[in-house]
Amino acid sequence: MPKNIIQHTITTLVENRPGVLARVSGLFARRGFNIESLAVSITNDPSISRMTIVVNGDGNVLEQITKQLNKLIDVIKVIDYTDQPTVERELAMIKVNAETKNRAEIMQIVDIFRAKIIDISEKTFTVEVTGSVAKIDAIEALLESHGIQEMVRTGKIVMMRGANG
Amino acid sequence: MKITGAQALIRSLCNHGTEVIFGYPGGQILPIYDALYDCEDVQHILMRHEQGAAHAADAYARATGKVGVCFATSGPGATNLVTGIANAYMDSIPMVAITGQVRTTSLGKDAFQEADITGITMPITKHNYLLKNPKDIARVIAEAFYIASTGRPGPVLVDVPMDVSLAQVDYVPVDKVELRSYKPTIAGHPIQIAKAAKAIAAAERPVIYAGGGVISADASEELVELAERTNILVTTTLLGKGAIPETHPHSLGMLGMHGTAYANYAVAHCDLLVAIGARFDDRVTGKLDAFAKKAKVIHIDVDPAEVGKTVHVDIPIVGDCKKILIELLKHIRPREESTWNKQVMQWKTEYPLKYTNDGELYPQFVIEEIWDVSKGDAVVVVDVGQHQMWAAQYYKCTFPKQFITSGGLGTMGFSLPAAIGAQVARPDKAVFNIVGDGGIQMTIQELMPAVVHKLPIKIVIMNNQYLGMVRQWQELFWNKRYSSVDLTAQPDFIKLADAYGAVGMKIEKPEDVRPALLKAMEIDDRPTVMDFRIAREENVFPMIPAGQSIEEMMLHRPKIK
Ligand SMILES: Cc1ncc(C[n+]2csc(CCOP(=O)(O)OP(=O)(O)O)c2C)c(N)n1
Ligand SMILES: [Mg+2]
Repeated sequence: MPKNIIQHTITTLVENRPGVLARVSGLFARRGFNIESLAVSITNDPSISRMTIVVNGDGNVLEQITKQLNKLIDVIKVIDYTDQPTVERELAMIKVNAETKNRAEIMQIVDIFRAKIIDISEKTFTVEVTGSVAKIDAIEALLESHGIQEMVRTGKIVMMRGANG
Repeated sequence: MKITGAQALIRSLCNHGTEVIFGYPGGQILPIYDALYDCEDVQHILMRHEQGAAHAADAYARATGKVGVCFATSGPGATNLVTGIANAYMDSIPMVAITGQVRTTSLGKDAFQEADITGITMPITKHNYLLKNPKDIARVIAEAFYIASTGRPGPVLVDVPMDVSLAQVDYVPVDKVELRSYKPTIAGHPIQIAKAAKAIAAAERPVIYAGGGVISADASEELVELAERTNILVTTTLLGKGAIPETHPHSLGMLGMHGTAYANYAVAHCDLLVAIGARFDDRVTGKLDAFAKKAKVIHIDVDPAEVGKTVHVDIPIVGDCKKILIELLKHIRPREESTWNKQVMQWKTEYPLKYTNDGELYPQFVIEEIWDVSKGDAVVVVDVGQHQMWAAQYYKCTFPKQFITSGGLGTMGFSLPAAIGAQVARPDKAVFNIVGDGGIQMTIQELMPAVVHKLPIKIVIMNNQYLGMVRQWQELFWNKRYSSVDLTAQPDFIKLADAYGAVGMKIEKPEDVRPALLKAMEIDDRPTVMDFRIAREENVFPMIPAGQSIEEMMLHRPKIK
């Protein structure tokens, strides 16, 4: 990545209403930013949704986007988790080729990554794995050699470490 | 007692002080127009194009400080509003636009005259609503007014499906709005204010740079007080004109691309720049790293997203300009007039605004005559182009909300409908509409409502038979390749005025200017269209070419080598 371009993880708490996602993503799109991952769901307060957005970009431009996000009427709070002590998780399901001769090896990989096989067919395993983005990247790379049929990742979610929100 | 959603909507508008609506009806907004038919508290002005309705509401807001309201039907009516909404958004003007929409059951089905107007206007509104539940009408209208008029003002659109207008509802007025996600900062941080006061006391070469935010915050009085007590000279942006009377000895007029040379010199050499309600637009700054490069910058603005957006700010103060200036003034001691001011005044004598005097009809002369005839007291509504810059340079504003023009978007065609909004808002003032021969043709149809409502708008067409501003750029930067700027083919504006029922006049000689203007000042029951045949290839100077610095400022037409 060119200098100044770093990966940011931004979380927004928003009103749980139609159209809010379009408003938020529009601010990125208008500046030509690609959203690397996006996870949206309700929070413990069902009237509030939480969006976790991962994007690569120039710090100054992102600061401007963060300020603009704050200005959206439906946005309650914006937190930039970049450089903050956080716990992060992502979940992936990976459908991997599993011929009889490969099954043992795949099961070993699954074991090491504390993943789970959640579906099985004559030719495939479907593996569920949770962890940091890096961990999921790693298991993906290992399973790749067996041939991945299909993969879906939820996108990263994060929380601050410790008692503070 | 139950009433219809449309009636609830009209009542809600009245409840928030709406006295005038500019609009255009159609199928999906029919229930709302039907409810309006019975309402005696609101005047509706039928424009001849929805763009005109938006511009009129926008200018009504600029002239009064109140929220402007416009109506349009769904689909093409709503899309015709778009330019007007974008215009209000760029200049932070409080406006509420109500659009009809197809029934909620037809949404997203490409029903007749359906357009996703909330989607279309998302990036050009401060906020918008698709009002799907009739129960929400009073609350949504209350929120729309609150959002439009507080913090950094802006347009809000409310899209109302037909079945919502037709529904039966219990109307309960909503006056108080509480939004957990929208809390504009009002008071400035006291520590920042104290820092700013210190910086002002310590500065040797300070300048104030005031923008439209001063006018929308009603902070002119405080601005003038600050300038007088500290003897700091003030330059304003195009939208800031009138924030300090330009007849005031401390006023330097406008800065930027076509600003006065002395205002730009002052900013280039100052050691403290106090920016108030201004956003460092590229038409003001030119080349960013050369802008006020010796200066410490104080930035007072209601919008936190403006702070540090393009220019590094040393002392940001976020909040309402008026409240901040009131607090700041508590810390400010009188300062003596310094040698710095003398230096700037010297520049003022050395590099005054000037134009040729050779018997031809010059636009600058026309503006000076308008100023004279109107005693500097007219509301001046100005279009976009060369004439806009001449008006900004030569019409010395004496009060806030006097100078109404499209700044941020630069919308040709804004001014005639805007003049309608302004004259409706200010029946007590002479309203001059200064417009190009190009711009007037973009919204000429709005002569009709001006005639219908007997609005004595004085329309000054600065007729150079060119898209003059574009021609100027072609002359200076594109080798005089005058591609598609010739407007010699144009209607006879006198006959056109006559056709609409307005008064038409053609003025070709300098000595005919004043009699024509005086005659226009006499007419009080219809618009006057004055076709001023000005020197065709006159240019606007000074000029700092786009993206360049004061070193590249041109004071006059380059001499041919
Ligand atoms: C809607 C719109 N279209 C195009 C432009 C680009 N533009 C800026 S100034 C200008 C020329 C305006 O000509 P005229 O109205 O005759 O005014 P003049 O510059 O001659 O005073 C044009 C085409 C614009 N600002 N707005
Ligand atoms: Mg012209």
